[in-house]
Amino acid sequence: MSDRAQARPLFDPLIVRRAIKDAFAKLDPRQVARNPVMFVVEVGSGLTTLRIVRDLIAGHTANLLFTVQVALWLWFTVLFANFAEAMAEGRGKAQADTLRRAKTETVANRIVSDPGDGVERVKTEPVAAPRLRKGDTVLVQAGEFIPGDGEVVAGVASVDESAITGESAPVIRESGGDRSAVTGGTRVLSDWLKVRITSNPGETFLDRMIALVEGAERQKTPNEIALNILLAGLTIIFLLAVVTLLPYAIYSVTQADAAGGFASSTPPSITVLVALLVCLIPTTIGGLLSAIGIAGMDRLIQHNVLAMSGRAVEAAGDVNTLLLDKTGTITLGNRQAVEFIPLSGISERELADAAQLSSLSDETPEGRSIVVLAKSKYNLRGRELAAHEAHFIAFTAQTRMSGIDLNGHSIRKGAADAIAEYIKSEGGAVPSEMQAIVQRIAGAGGTPLVVANHRRALGVIHLKDIVKGGMRERFKQLRQMGIKTVMITGDNPLTAAAIAREAGVDDFLAEARPEDKMALIRREQAAGKLVAMTGDGTNDAPALAQADVGVAMNTGTMAAKEAGNMVDLDSNPTKLIEIVEIGKQLLMTRGALTTFSIANDVAKYFAIIPAMFSTLYALAGAKAGPLAALNVMRLQTPESAILSAVIFNALIIVALIPLALRGIKYRPVGAAAVLRRNLLIYGLGGIVIPFVGIKLIDVIITALRLA
Amino acid sequence: MTLNGWLQLAAFFLAVFVVTKPLGILMTKVFAGEKTWMSRVLGPVERLIYRLCRIDATREQHWTAYTTAMLMFSVASLLVLYAMQRLQAYLPFNPQQFTGVAPDLAFNTAASFTSNTNWQAYSGETTMSYFVQMAGLAFHNFVSAAVGICLAIAFIRGIARREAKTIGNFWVDLTRCSLYVLLPLCTVGALLLVSQGVVQNLKPYTTARMVEPLKVETPNDDGTTTTNTVTGQVIAQGPVASQEIIKELGTNGGGFFNANSAHPFENPTPLTNFLEMVAIFAIGGGLTYTLGRMVGNQRHGWAVFAAMSILFLIGFCVVYYFEAQGNPNFNQYGVTQAASVEQAGGNMEGKEVRFGIANSAIFAAITTDASCGAVNSWHDSYTPLGGMIPLLNIMLGEVIFGGVGAGLYGMLVMVVLTVFIAGLMVGRTPEYLGKKIEAKDVKMAMLYALVFALSILCFSASASVGPYGASKINNGGPHGLSEIIYAYTSATGNNGSAFGGLNVNTTWYNTTLGLAMLVGRFLMIIPMLGIAGNLAAKKIVPPSAGTFPVHTPLFVVLLIGVILIVGALTFFPALALGPIIEHFLMRSGVMF
Repeated sequence: MSDRAQARPLFDPLIVRRAIKDAFAKLDPRQVARNPVMFVVEVGSGLTTLRIVRDLIAGHTANLLFTVQVALWLWFTVLFANFAEAMAEGRGKAQADTLRRAKTETVANRIVSDPGDGVERVKTEPVAAPRLRKGDTVLVQAGEFIPGDGEVVAGVASVDESAITGESAPVIRESGGDRSAVTGGTRVLSDWLKVRITSNPGETFLDRMIALVEGAERQKTPNEIALNILLAGLTIIFLLAVVTLLPYAIYSVTQADAAGGFASSTPPSITVLVALLVCLIPTTIGGLLSAIGIAGMDRLIQHNVLAMSGRAVEAAGDVNTLLLDKTGTITLGNRQAVEFIPLSGISERELADAAQLSSLSDETPEGRSIVVLAKSKYNLRGRELAAHEAHFIAFTAQTRMSGIDLNGHSIRKGAADAIAEYIKSEGGAVPSEMQAIVQRIAGAGGTPLVVANHRRALGVIHLKDIVKGGMRERFKQLRQMGIKTVMITGDNPLTAAAIAREAGVDDFLAEARPEDKMALIRREQAAGKLVAMTGDGTNDAPALAQADVGVAMNTGTMAAKEAGNMVDLDSNPTKLIEIVEIGKQLLMTRGALTTFSIANDVAKYFAIIPAMFSTLYALAGAKAGPLAALNVMRLQTPESAILSAVIFNALIIVALIPLALRGIKYRPVGAAAVLRRNLLIYGLGGIVIPFVGIKLIDVIITALRLA
Repeated sequence: MTLNGWLQLAAFFLAVFVVTKPLGILMTKVFAGEKTWMSRVLGPVERLIYRLCRIDATREQHWTAYTTAMLMFSVASLLVLYAMQRLQAYLPFNPQQFTGVAPDLAFNTAASFTSNTNWQAYSGETTMSYFVQMAGLAFHNFVSAAVGICLAIAFIRGIARREAKTIGNFWVDLTRCSLYVLLPLCTVGALLLVSQGVVQNLKPYTTARMVEPLKVETPNDDGTTTTNTVTGQVIAQGPVASQEIIKELGTNGGGFFNANSAHPFENPTPLTNFLEMVAIFAIGGGLTYTLGRMVGNQRHGWAVFAAMSILFLIGFCVVYYFEAQGNPNFNQYGVTQAASVEQAGGNMEGKEVRFGIANSAIFAAITTDASCGAVNSWHDSYTPLGGMIPLLNIMLGEVIFGGVGAGLYGMLVMVVLTVFIAGLMVGRTPEYLGKKIEAKDVKMAMLYALVFALSILCFSASASVGPYGASKINNGGPHGLSEIIYAYTSATGNNGSAFGGLNVNTTWYNTTLGLAMLVGRFLMIIPMLGIAGNLAAKKIVPPSAGTFPVHTPLFVVLLIGVILIVGALTFFPALALGPIIEHFLMRSGVMF
């Protein structure tokens, strides 16, 4: 898990205070009606309250303490569920408040005329940021805020994006390529940028982000809808069971009276029937369902990932195939030199010396690693070379080699075929020995860099991809979760295979072009699989859109961010694994609490049914009726039994709020093992815990003389 | 409980286990349209039927078309059976010259046989002519069973197919099922029964002279009594064997005679009893194997078989235990209820001596596990908890082997719910054999469960407080409530067995029970086929280590848990006021 996950205490007093207030506001029947289970509870609460009012007016005060308590706890049940939802929303709202602070009112410098050669001659006019339209171009200079989302059209600058990402290190933004997207509300630290605005006010990334974390745009996800249907169905079934219980009871009472020999009894009151109904319907999951969903999104935000829809979070849990870019995800961003292999007749030191010389001006990570290796292995120090002595040859895409001309030597290093060309052009011959070494290194997954001096090949530098630590274990966990990992790389198949083997991925796609990526996704999807991938470039956009879960890097282009259904603000491709885990955790939490909720009913029946019919068919003179035998918990009185069940039913919602917000513990093991464990805890636990809880509450309320 | 009893159970269960695979393979072949060894003879018949009925055997149907075909067929055959009963007096093969059946009873019986319920508000030997028995009732025994099997196959196709629009052709399935599965098995079965003494004739009833004339005293209105001496006994006859075998094999349960399988002409020997019991579970068991074959996961088929078997064994053990215990109140009168060489022991009220406790208990358990409803003992006379199990078996949805076809599709709807509830816990949106279970599937499954609970609870609650219902019970107290609840449970579950003790041949009961049967059959089939059509259209997600496994012992336990919890939670209040309270009252010496 990301160590930068923004830790917010689960019960932040500020959020709790606001949630308590919201819980009451949410009692509005129009709001509760969206949740069929809680709606039934609210109607029941209203019904019992009305009965109390009626009894008071009629002057019936018998049993009033009991009825009032039941009614109160029924209201609490609704309130607790509302509180859970408000808590989950509150965390998002708090996050949104922080974001809003970034949305300061800035004045933008809209470019009126621009000769196109820097900043000096640009004419601008001041415009309030919210009045900028799509297509406007603005100039942002050091110290100024970027007024809106856009694309850099000119300039290079370091930008502080901490307001959005929380990352304090500045990032470089420049025109063209994959680092051209800028976000409104971020600040230019040095230099200047010309930015073409790409979104209208109110539609900026920041606006969307605020709406997302606030939950304003929250729609029920497919699985949540399905679960809601199940819960509504169960509610209706229990409603039937409870409603028909009254005629059965009337029949029984009539029969007992007619038979004679039994003490008189009465059918259960409406209050008791409502209490039974509320205990039976799945209030625990019904009350926590939306909180679980909101908290799942929130957990992603804590990991600095923005999901554009809840659907994407659910899909993440279902992912079968992960496409991971090799560079930056599986391996460290760059290759490192690990060995100098001289050709026969040349000493290793000689090769190292030449390699180092050729790399002194090479500021690429590979170049630097050659200098470092030469220094650490052969104690060759980097030399200061005066410009007149040496002529550096920079790497170009055409020549595909770099080097140095120094004291009559012309040292070149580069890809084997490029150097071979060079040697031939200088009139030399390519030794077969060199080809053999090159083959060997490539076969082992390394990158061979050949070093030559004029027409003479000196030897080969072995550059190697360094697989990030701990990746092998991660991939093993993913495999146990049933997820296939595919490494995407531009390397040749030989190199790719070697790295794939070392990293422990299941498959790889070598020499991958964007269209190959797309084809792979389509192929997997045609086989019924769900695919997740990360990407940042504009050429990734089609694949990001095609993938079921497409995570765009925040550093990426606007096109990539638009195409994906998640944005990782940290731009950390490894995070895909965490996203999958959060998706799974979300579904597991729902399943566990549903199972728990339904399993709870067993104990509630054993508490309420004997209490309801405590005197039915009681033999004249006997203290209790035959159904007292079902009172396995030995609850004190019928009133205390019913009350205990209702109180347990309400309190369990509160007790489970932390679980709903945090999600149940996730372990990356196979489905069978996860199922066994969760069934034991939430299934069996769901049957046993209420027996203990109800008994405990019964003891307490009896001691307090509440029933 | 005796060793002999347990051995009987073992023999029975072994026989069911043995026939499961061959029957499963046969049905897989038949419904895949493959040739079987019977094709040489029956193939031309099959093709002739298609030609006469203008059926294009190669054209498959969308689930809605499949449903419509099934409904049209059922409505038409229901009307024919109704007319046949009403016009009985004008039809042939009526040696006893029975008159037309009353409208409410005729409706009830037509609904009953069309819905594979075979609830009988009449006595066969005093109401129905041989023609109605053969052309009306036995015909329905075949086709209602075949319809059930077809529906289960259509459901399996829905699971097995990927991105398909169709789930088979109803007319082809119906024809092939009747021709290749039911007819051959019944021909063999009927002959076996005849060999044991089950009658098969079209003779008028025989009057036998009694060895010892019987004096019957009838009280007159003026207080005096009239004494009649009975010297002869009318022995009912008829084409029994041919109807008997399909009664069990097709889990119909409608007896030729009122006494059903307790009648010596229906079930004369322990061997016929054994055969009949195996026949009740045979197709239900075989279909689990067919399921495994068709979805390409044989272990899943066996897992479903295991869940059914365990539920059956639990139920049987409870019935057997309480029936073998007998009634504790008898002990004070010095009545020995222990099993011995001379007697079966236990609660023998309402049971045949030739079957004893064990075989009555097995029969009671399986006839309600499956939606058969044939009985060889009187469930009304069982001990409260012994009698509760047959009731509970039906309440669980008759998914324990179940009615032919209906049991399997009922079980599969439970599997869909199980996978949905618990499947989430593996961290994926629930999927069943690669098919994602989504809102629409859950909606249909809940509708299925809802219709069932609605029909049972509302009708019985209404009957328990209305004068039209409660006044027709013969036993008061909780037992009377059990009788009412049992009647509607049996009707809605399409079981057809009666608890008894309830005078159901009244307009109210005939009408409402008839409605309950139709609701319990057809209103449940529609959402079920909806799931099938929906599943068929889906992609198949290939299984992985992260997929919810549906073939492990854990799955079996989970499935049983969901069936028990969902079923018991729905009906626990009703059971508490019926058999459960009666049980505790019996223990304190009060009986009803």
